[in-house]
Amino acid sequence: MTGRIVAISGPTVTVDLKGVKLYDMVRVGEAMLIGEVVRLERERAVVQVYEDTRGLGVHELARGLDKPLTVRLGPGLLSGMFDGLQRPMERLFRQCGPFICSGSDLTPLDQERQWRFFPLARVGEEVAPFDVIGYVEEGAFRHLLTAGASGTIGRLADGEFNLTQPVGAFADGREITAIREWPVRKPRPYRRKLSPALPLVTGQRAVDFLFPLARGGTAVFPGGFGTGKTVLEQAVAKFSAVDLVVYVGCGERGNEMAELLDEFTAMSDPWSGKPLMERTIVVVNTSNMPVAAREASIYTAVAMAEYYRDMGYHVLLLADSISRWAEALREISSSLEEMPGEEGYPTYLASRLSGFFERAGVVETMNGGIGSLSMVLSVSPPGGDFTEPVTQACLRTAGAFFMLDTSLAHRRHFPAINWFQSYSLYERNIVRHFTAEVSPRWEELQRRCREMLQREESLREVAEIVGIEGLQDADRLLMKVAERIRLEFLCQNAYTEDAFSTPEQTAAKIGEILEFHDRAAERLKEGILLDEVLKG
Amino acid sequence: MRLSEHIYRTISSIRGPLLSVERVFNARAGEIVRIVRPDGEAVDGEVLKIEGESVLVQVFGETRGLGMDAPVAFTDGVKMAPLSPDMIGRVFDGSFHPIDGSPPFIPARWTPATGQPINPTARARPEEFIETGITAIDALNTLVKGQKLPVFSCAGLPSREVAAAVLQNARLAGGGEFVVVFVALGLTHHDYSFYMESLAEMRTGFVAFVNRADEPVVERLLAPRFGLAAAEYLAFDRGMDVLVLITDMTNYCDALREVSTAREELPGRRGYPGYMYSDLASLYERAGRIKGMAGSVTMLPVVTMPEDDITHPIPDLTGYITEGQIVLSRELHQKGVFPPVDVLPSLSRLMQRGIGAGHTRGDHRAIADLLYRHYAKGRELRRLEAIVGREGMTAGDRVMLDLAEAFERELIHQGDTRRDISGSLDRGVELLKRFSLEGA
Repeated sequence: MTGRIVAISGPTVTVDLKGVKLYDMVRVGEAMLIGEVVRLERERAVVQVYEDTRGLGVHELARGLDKPLTVRLGPGLLSGMFDGLQRPMERLFRQCGPFICSGSDLTPLDQERQWRFFPLARVGEEVAPFDVIGYVEEGAFRHLLTAGASGTIGRLADGEFNLTQPVGAFADGREITAIREWPVRKPRPYRRKLSPALPLVTGQRAVDFLFPLARGGTAVFPGGFGTGKTVLEQAVAKFSAVDLVVYVGCGERGNEMAELLDEFTAMSDPWSGKPLMERTIVVVNTSNMPVAAREASIYTAVAMAEYYRDMGYHVLLLADSISRWAEALREISSSLEEMPGEEGYPTYLASRLSGFFERAGVVETMNGGIGSLSMVLSVSPPGGDFTEPVTQACLRTAGAFFMLDTSLAHRRHFPAINWFQSYSLYERNIVRHFTAEVSPRWEELQRRCREMLQREESLREVAEIVGIEGLQDADRLLMKVAERIRLEFLCQNAYTEDAFSTPEQTAAKIGEILEFHDRAAERLKEGILLDEVLKG
Repeated sequence: MRLSEHIYRTISSIRGPLLSVERVFNARAGEIVRIVRPDGEAVDGEVLKIEGESVLVQVFGETRGLGMDAPVAFTDGVKMAPLSPDMIGRVFDGSFHPIDGSPPFIPARWTPATGQPINPTARARPEEFIETGITAIDALNTLVKGQKLPVFSCAGLPSREVAAAVLQNARLAGGGEFVVVFVALGLTHHDYSFYMESLAEMRTGFVAFVNRADEPVVERLLAPRFGLAAAEYLAFDRGMDVLVLITDMTNYCDALREVSTAREELPGRRGYPGYMYSDLASLYERAGRIKGMAGSVTMLPVVTMPEDDITHPIPDLTGYITEGQIVLSRELHQKGVFPPVDVLPSLSRLMQRGIGAGHTRGDHRAIADLLYRHYAKGRELRRLEAIVGREGMTAGDRVMLDLAEAFERELIHQGDTRRDISGSLDRGVELLKRFSLEGA
């Protein structure tokens, strides 16, 4: 299918291609830029181009690829860094230098690399498309390979192969390869969804203790600039107790991504001791890379995450930040001259977002395993105003909400999670789990900690009027202890040893502070002066 | 490819800086056109939109006096920046034409003015300390090579004096100096001459791109792109460390809004276009370092916050892209503190890697954290003091109040003197000692 370009307006290019389908990929112009059909009108197709269209001319050729935007899935994705179209950034660097070139056609998976195939199915066995036929070892992970189609297995390889070679064949001669293609906008299938009941330990005390997350759950944390979204997002990526992490740098800073790569290569996973990068896939579309590819990047990422989920792994998808994705959606929508909704965002913003969130969950996979995909997304509300459409749309679907507070950040209280406004819908289940598994006092400690913070807030208002001297000793003690909770327990310096805390350490730490309070309160009752009591 | 200029006399409408030209054969997106005005002077424009054979052109310059019969030449090329080390020491207008009276230089290379994004895997992590000589920056919000750190100012605050102090005093670790690329956007003549004087006093070289307040608005969108193309060339082709000062980004954003409105685009917050974030990012993200290459681009944009409001779209979007911000405060300015940097909302995101043993001093982080914590506490107590009075406060709280005062008057305030990092940190330690707060 070929045609010619008839109109260009920014990233939106109109071509006179006949026979293409909506959301099919198209290559346009001499530079062979990649785009996606977003609208069909009579003889014409409107194409959203994923790359800079500067220099593109009308009458240049356009070619339909007859397939939607797909990712290639197979061994070798782990520890890779891809852009929103799944181009491997490191090989792109080697191919065209430090500045990104357009129209590149690099395949995401390394075709040269040798893998050892371990068969699990037997010759003569009847298999369905999602049945496991064998595996390769990808770092510490057993990378399951599926049949990809139904049939009777006629032959299976055993030993070394690379991705250009088949790993077997059906009895009727069809080859079985290790690579799958999957349209990114379509959720991968599973047998059924289970409800999230197990905790996702992040190592962040404020999260694990006050607003715990569940495997298969979703969380958002909105915060104005400088409230530590990225630092928190990266801390969660480093320390979470999951098998695999897919990190999307969506419209954020290039230097941050360089930092992330550096750190993830140098650091090891606190749970397995292996280098962090070996369990991580990074998808990156920095703020200055083309906007349309930014919109696609979260789908590219989630398709890869689902692929590993389907092998029975617990995968965590992190995106920083979903607001930049929404803004990309807005830019595309406005270049298509669609009717705008609130603040210029298209009216389908909320439905697209919830469709994306719904790809998270604990599932029974097509081959009977249990895997989960959790999501933790940061939101960058303009002006730190949480009433804006993206934050509000996220709140309707996300299971947990951590409000990052500018005033806490100014006081250098990090992570700046506001303990009054944030919430987690998984709390009840997960607290029960921690109480059973970690510390029988977990639930009680959590309730008391909350009460104390609440009480501190109301005492502070009183103290502003009468002065701290005007408070009773018991209340002044409480203020002191609440301050310790804030500074020693809720604050966690991401750059020190303290950056990571196991649930046991978390429970011990808060237990120790509350016991100090109880002992001190006893001594106050005995008539000992507050200053004496505080000395210990 | 047409490989030749095509000239048309088919303008069908002129609205502000926008021209529609009809019956154009094979135009390109972003193609540069040249329009000859009746007085014989030529202005450049750029193709924004093509719809079959009709083309929408944005003119970089004055459209007053232009008629429907003006000839429009399509050049088949995109906006290119002529680059050469000979740029150093020269002053250009927003369209890269020399305005210092010397003849044009011979370019060694041409590159598209908009540049290409740096591959994130090719970026080297910024971690080399830059000593600006200002305590509020060096000790508390450290700048590193390859960072973009804007100065958020308010109308009437001495942002240009602060910027000029950084230009003159900035040194690399080991004493190396910067080549400065100075981009002036919509500057008044008064401000412009102030900057040119301080540039002239510098011992190292500079390249200046100047768009004054009475010059075409559209050029304001072009000048920073030329400035950054020049900076990238000097940094990554010639291995120099480049410091880019862009002032004032507020004028840039207003120009963007003006042009966007003329294009009849859907306005976003406060009338600024919805793509302003991406547009600003295409400038700010050009700062950085590249693996295996000498040279660096460090950026220091100046943003004047309209209505002193940090949540206004311009500082807001800037803060979301840049790696921190230096915030100037009207209150400190009125107290006579120079530079009037309010360290609480200020931040340098890349500070962590640029300080400590081997960069500055082993005790840097500890000193900075203590100063921050106590000053924040003192500032919070000031509000309380306003209600209950100093007498109603505990002795401990009064110490914090005094510390906050001394912090502003002795540590932040430094007038015109340059302090090296050791001097800055020593002063901080001395202050903590005086109030017996070290290690607390």
